[in-house]
Amino acid sequence: MSLIYLLPVGSTEDEVLTLLEQRLHQVLDWDIRRGAPLQTPTTAFNEVRKQYEALQVMRTVVEAVPDDATRVLSIMEEDLSIPMLTFVFGQAQLRGRVALMSLARLRQEFYGLPENKELMMTRVIKEALHELGHTFGLVHCPIPTCVMTLANDIRHVDEKESEFCGGCAVLFRDACRTVEMNGEKGIV
Amino acid sequence: MNNQWNILVVDDEEITCESMAAWLREDGYSVDTASSGKEALEKTHRKEYAIYFVDLKMPKGIDGIETMMEIKKIYTDASVVIITAYATVDTAITAMKEGASEYIVKPCNPQEISMLVERIIKVKNLERENAILRQKLLGQYTFHDIISKNAKMMEIFSLVREISSLRSTVLIQGESGTGKELVARAIHYSGDRAENPFIAVSCAALAETLLESELFGHEKGAFTGAITQKRGKFELADGGTILLDEIGDISPKLQLDLLRILQEKSFYRVGGTEELKIDIRVIAATHVDLREAVKQGTFREDLFYRLNVINIHIPPLRDRLEDIPLLTRAFLKRLSHELGKNIADVSEGALKKLMEYSWPGNVRELENTVERAMVTCKERVLSENDFQFLNIINKEAAWIAPLMTLDEMEREAIIATLKRTEGNVKEAASQLGIDRSTLYDKIKYYNIPR
Repeated sequence: MSLIYLLPVGSTEDEVLTLLEQRLHQVLDWDIRRGAPLQTPTTAFNEVRKQYEALQVMRTVVEAVPDDATRVLSIMEEDLSIPMLTFVFGQAQLRGRVALMSLARLRQEFYGLPENKELMMTRVIKEALHELGHTFGLVHCPIPTCVMTLANDIRHVDEKESEFCGGCAVLFRDACRTVEMNGEKGIV
Repeated sequence: MNNQWNILVVDDEEITCESMAAWLREDGYSVDTASSGKEALEKTHRKEYAIYFVDLKMPKGIDGIETMMEIKKIYTDASVVIITAYATVDTAITAMKEGASEYIVKPCNPQEISMLVERIIKVKNLERENAILRQKLLGQYTFHDIISKNAKMMEIFSLVREISSLRSTVLIQGESGTGKELVARAIHYSGDRAENPFIAVSCAALAETLLESELFGHEKGAFTGAITQKRGKFELADGGTILLDEIGDISPKLQLDLLRILQEKSFYRVGGTEELKIDIRVIAATHVDLREAVKQGTFREDLFYRLNVINIHIPPLRDRLEDIPLLTRAFLKRLSHELGKNIADVSEGALKKLMEYSWPGNVRELENTVERAMVTCKERVLSENDFQFLNIINKEAAWIAPLMTLDEMEREAIIATLKRTEGNVKEAASQLGIDRSTLYDKIKYYNIPR
């Protein structure tokens, strides 16, 4: 049985996790299970940049992957970055088991704007599908409305839709089927 | 999909390498990492990368700029992006001067990197497309093994097609190294005799009696050493084509024998009594002006008219300079395989230099020149520097004194080349772009002491 774990790193709003459970179950028709929150790895914190190093957080998550997990989606409140880039919305193992996303830049408050829960939830779904898509081997899509298109800022995230384009939908469905049939777990 | 392009991220910090690689892989690129300049070079020797992200400061071993310079020696057209944590104008200038495609300060905005990679890949795609089109174009300009886009050569291609299935004799004239034998082969292989033999005989290479036996064959006991019967080139070419190269050099007796063959389509082996009937097409080639030789009385007028039924004059390479890039790239491709060298292209600067040279030895000299440059070339692209030896040759041409005749110039050129090659005739012939036998003839003709 294919199973996706939602694994919060630190504390994550229950509302976000509930929404992800419902929507991912809808898209994948897989079981979605919540795992116990992981402790935020303090060693991944960059004092100068006031951000968490995405790869180091990923490594913490990889160590905690439950045996029965087909895929793991980790959700973190704090802002993420990598040494080369000022920030990343998330990161995933291409054709692997682990995807990580940050909620920080999906909130309107990050940009000094009033809170907008509905908009934030839409962005959460987009980012979750995008990073999970990578774990199924999908790369960035040139179609600007596809959820797999590369978004380099929040405006791009808002411009794309919460759906895969026709081509990516086929690739995603085929990859899911292969995983289901072979019981394949992906690379960790 | 971008997965046809490989990217190498070079940084001594493992986390920088791996996170950047993961980010680029999500974009569909095939990405490898290296933790030092040394490792980057090892990987570059094994695989070609379209883009290199190289950290400027790597404490162990060579730094980013040196790494880039070494990479550029292997792949001149590699796009290297230098990364640094601290921007200084000096390092940026140095990086760009040494050939970096871009210079970025980390951390940078994701959009900046995306646009940068997109920009480089766009250029790479255009370069690849250009190479494919160039290859297609080469096919369009290739007729059998002859490559040209010159208008006069195109006329020759079209004439060859028209006459290929006729029986008429053809006289091909042109300077040494212009490709007379290739045109003869093109006539044979595009006509209805293509399935039958094509035999080429260099008339300048053999003494009169040997040439006679070579052409007509001999009976057993015809002369001392003729211990068995031997079939000559005319018999071997029966049903096909015979090319008599350097026809201007044959003796009066052979001229007469040849005239008889052309008139009667039959001949006798040396020492034989049986008349042999043959069906051959004769193509003659020469670098000598036969009309002038007729005037001088050294070549039979009747034979000249028999041979000159269809006349093809191949222009020298200096009159078809537009062919130099095509020919150079064609030689490069063939010789890369033969010499086991991984040289992908020739720079524009090098082509300009080749087009400024006068090519007395024509296409053969160009081929030898490209080969000589390739042997010593250590990079992926032949540059102007690889043809530096052409400067020496051009400078040596400065000895031409006023009122010198063409013959005197040729004599001087041969003496200078023989001096340079320390008397090595094979090497001198190669440098002059002519056959060894032609050079021997010229040494004899000009009475050059050896």
